[in-house]
Amino acid sequence: MTSTTYDKPLPIIDPGTRPFWDAAREHRLSIPQCNACGKHHFYPRELCPHCHSDDLQWTDVSGQGEVYSYTIARKPAGPVFAADVPYIIAMIQLDEGPRMLTNLVVPDVEAVRIGDRVAVSFDDVTEEVTLPKFTVVGA
Amino acid sequence: MAREAVIVGVGDVPLSDGKVVGGGSVLQVQARAANAALKDAGISMSDVDGLLVAGLWGVPGPGLLPSVTLGEYLGIFPRFADTTNIGGSAFEAHVAHAAMAIERGYCDVALIVYGSTQRSERSRTLGGRPSVLTMQFENVWGIPQPVGGYALAAKRHMYEFGTTEEQLAEIAVATRKWASLNPAATKRDLISIDDVMESMPISDPLKLLDCCLVTDGAGAIVMTSADNAKAHGAKAVHVRGFGEAHTHWSIGAMPDLARLTAAEMSSKTAFEMAGVSPDSIDLVECYDSFTITVLMTLEALGFCKPGEGGAFVSGQRTAPGGAFPLNTNGGGLSYCHPGMYGIFLLVEAVRQLRGEAGERQVDNVRTALVHGTGGTLSSGGTVILANH
Repeated sequence: MTSTTYDKPLPIIDPGTRPFWDAAREHRLSIPQCNACGKHHFYPRELCPHCHSDDLQWTDVSGQGEVYSYTIARKPAGPVFAADVPYIIAMIQLDEGPRMLTNLVVPDVEAVRIGDRVAVSFDDVTEEVTLPKFTVVGA
Repeated sequence: MAREAVIVGVGDVPLSDGKVVGGGSVLQVQARAANAALKDAGISMSDVDGLLVAGLWGVPGPGLLPSVTLGEYLGIFPRFADTTNIGGSAFEAHVAHAAMAIERGYCDVALIVYGSTQRSERSRTLGGRPSVLTMQFENVWGIPQPVGGYALAAKRHMYEFGTTEEQLAEIAVATRKWASLNPAATKRDLISIDDVMESMPISDPLKLLDCCLVTDGAGAIVMTSADNAKAHGAKAVHVRGFGEAHTHWSIGAMPDLARLTAAEMSSKTAFEMAGVSPDSIDLVECYDSFTITVLMTLEALGFCKPGEGGAFVSGQRTAPGGAFPLNTNGGGLSYCHPGMYGIFLLVEAVRQLRGEAGERQVDNVRTALVHGTGGTLSSGGTVILANH
């Protein structure tokens, strides 16, 4: 839902992270992969955090993964999130390896479990910014 | 004979309902704590030639150059300064750095100071950090900080090891019992496991009574050489070992959410330097920003095996009279927590080692371990102290 009145924190995008956010706006999940060791990483960095090579490329990933951990926010992270309580902040382990923090958008926050299979979905919160969020898939 | 660094003075400022008695600016309360510690040591401010300070006060502003600001305010001209800030464990790192500076002759009297008036200023919110650099991948999701990160770790620990919310509550209940014996503690009324379980949900599985207080507070430590301590007639507490480490800042980059890797690293260094093992430790003062912090720290320090922290703290084992005295001043959970708690761990350990802890004094304390945690389970600083 595009809105001009989105009042929650937005990423302060910098040159090192712009490709991630540009891809998200096109509804692609793109993260760096190292050409030297083959591993993906997240968040984006100038050097591979696994082998410290600078030979990196941006790659679209599947957007599939599982819930590594999560918490249900019963108190909001500031007044702008108050209307969303209770909401889920989850750490997703992508099938390609890296973990990322995100929101899990589900009808029932109490039903979520670690290990649940999840898939990315994209929330166009402003003209410039799309947030990759996740939903639980299958049963 | 080589110089040996020792702790010769500790000080803090009195609190009432979590606020500094008499009020004051952050520089005033730091000066009071510094003065108290130097009086305790019997050493004058003009002898201080090493100043170690960390904090978040006045950022952006004076706190950006904290030792420079405080040095000017105190009217001293240190030749050794350290403003290492690795979060709440910074002061354990400062003890390590001061010890090395004193033993190398780089300074003779080191003063370590922390102070905050965050409760009086009501400056802490759950709103998170500016969404720049690494935080652009954290706070856009509305994660309450710092509790949300600790909650993610607690949830994972429960999933991997079967740790229960009741086991976490045991820590809060035991810590409150210690606080009831400390006249300086902010919260002194006894609580039950049910009280913790029924307290306000904050960020699952953590509830209000799993979380540290938000208070003012200031503390200071004075270190010098053993010879200088003798010359001043000060009671010396020996620094037998130390270690520091950090692993991540954003919670998404924590290597293993169910293991406190930074504490494993820092304590390994400290135990090796001291030449002792966990079974030689009589007393543990460890950072308790949240109950889960304590549980994961005890596992990381080797007092129990990974995953066994829940069983280890069960049955009020860490309470007064229990087999494992822990956080004897009431901790960050019940005594005070002015944003960065690590200096108060050191103050309490020194008082216990000197037999000055009053009603909460633990019998026969000869060796104490102090462990600070900073950031979001990010950093660890371990110090092993002894009175012999």
